[in-house]
Amino acid sequence: MKTLNRRDFGVDLGLALAAAVLLPATTARADDMEVHIDNFVFQPAELTIKVGTTVSWTNRDDIPHTVVSAGKFRSKTLDTDDKFTFTFTNAGDYKYFCSLHPHMTGMIKVE
Amino acid sequence: MSGHDHGDDGVSRRKVLECMTWAGTGVLWTITGGVPRSLGIIDSAQAATPAAPGMTFLQISDSHVGFDKPANPNALGTLEEAVNKINAMPAKPSFMIHTGDITHLSKAAEFDNADRIISQSKLDVHYVPGEHDFLDEEVKFYRERYGRGTKGAGWYSFDAGGVHFIGLVNVVDLKAGGLGNLGAEQLAWLEDDLRGKSKSTPVVLFAHIPLWTVYPEWGWGTEDGGRALEYVKGFGSVTVLNGHIHQVMQKVEGNVTFHTARSTAFPQPAPGAALSPGPMKVEDAKLRSMLGVASINFKQNEQRLAIIDTPIQG
Repeated sequence: MKTLNRRDFGVDLGLALAAAVLLPATTARADDMEVHIDNFVFQPAELTIKVGTTVSWTNRDDIPHTVVSAGKFRSKTLDTDDKFTFTFTNAGDYKYFCSLHPHMTGMIKVE
Repeated sequence: MSGHDHGDDGVSRRKVLECMTWAGTGVLWTITGGVPRSLGIIDSAQAATPAAPGMTFLQISDSHVGFDKPANPNALGTLEEAVNKINAMPAKPSFMIHTGDITHLSKAAEFDNADRIISQSKLDVHYVPGEHDFLDEEVKFYRERYGRGTKGAGWYSFDAGGVHFIGLVNVVDLKAGGLGNLGAEQLAWLEDDLRGKSKSTPVVLFAHIPLWTVYPEWGWGTEDGGRALEYVKGFGSVTVLNGHIHQVMQKVEGNVTFHTARSTAFPQPAPGAALSPGPMKVEDAKLRSMLGVASINFKQNEQRLAIIDTPIQG
């Protein structure tokens, strides 16, 4: 299962606008970060974020990929344009890779 | 293969010399594109005309049924063309091996479609899985269809026409930063499987990802493939057949011939020739010359199996 989070609820623009008005600034979606998969590479390969940040990975290749961090998180197979999101609630270094193409690796540093 | 050819180590001086001659002709690293035959190996095998007609089997690979991106919007269609090509071959092959990535996303319908087309060949098919065949949530579709009677994630061996065939799985439990993986359990099984086999028995190893290191930057190799090759070292004739890289590549090292087959779905770039190993879009008119199947012939008293790569068109 994809992690359900504020971002998923806020996809609708109207909702997002409403949320921006109603919620305090600390919950703004601007904190969310994106990683793209292009040409069998996670970009950026290394990302430093704050605790509580949601990171989304989008596969822009014509080949499926996965996002796996041993014991921490594991996406389903992401076909072209599929997205996986995970909210980091603990500080630490999260190394991850694509379990189909293990030469593809990345890292999320949570401070 | 006559007995006196083999010393204690199973490799005769004559055979080593043959291989060295080969090395001398500079065919150790061969990449062919759009050429209907792979190289010297065919000619030398055909030049010798033994009495026995031998056994011919086919290799088909990387059908990626379900793939519909620009590099080939109809992978099922080109699979069918490949099967038609097989059906039109003058001599009916004994059987077929499929070296994985039967489907693109391991959907039940993709497996069903693949089977519907491949079964039109009316040949026995021996499968090994590619990483694209283990993508369903419960990882059960491949096993249900093709895993019966196999060990572990799907490895097994069988004998046909005097050749010992070993199907290996190197697409599971891959490690971050690494390549294809056989794992300790499978290697132990392999060692045991080969124990007691006469060194004059020709051996064919087949697996999805190349067992030799083709291009590690793109993951084209198997981390512990060298261990598997150690177990077949003493055998007089070893042929390693792989897929995964969607192009013909061949290498001869001692008594071992390494060969990769074309895909029936889409071509991939030569190592390092593009930003990534992803599907390569070529002109429509060129696509079918870069897809195809391989036909492998074994004749008694021939050390090397003759491999002919046939494109769907051209």
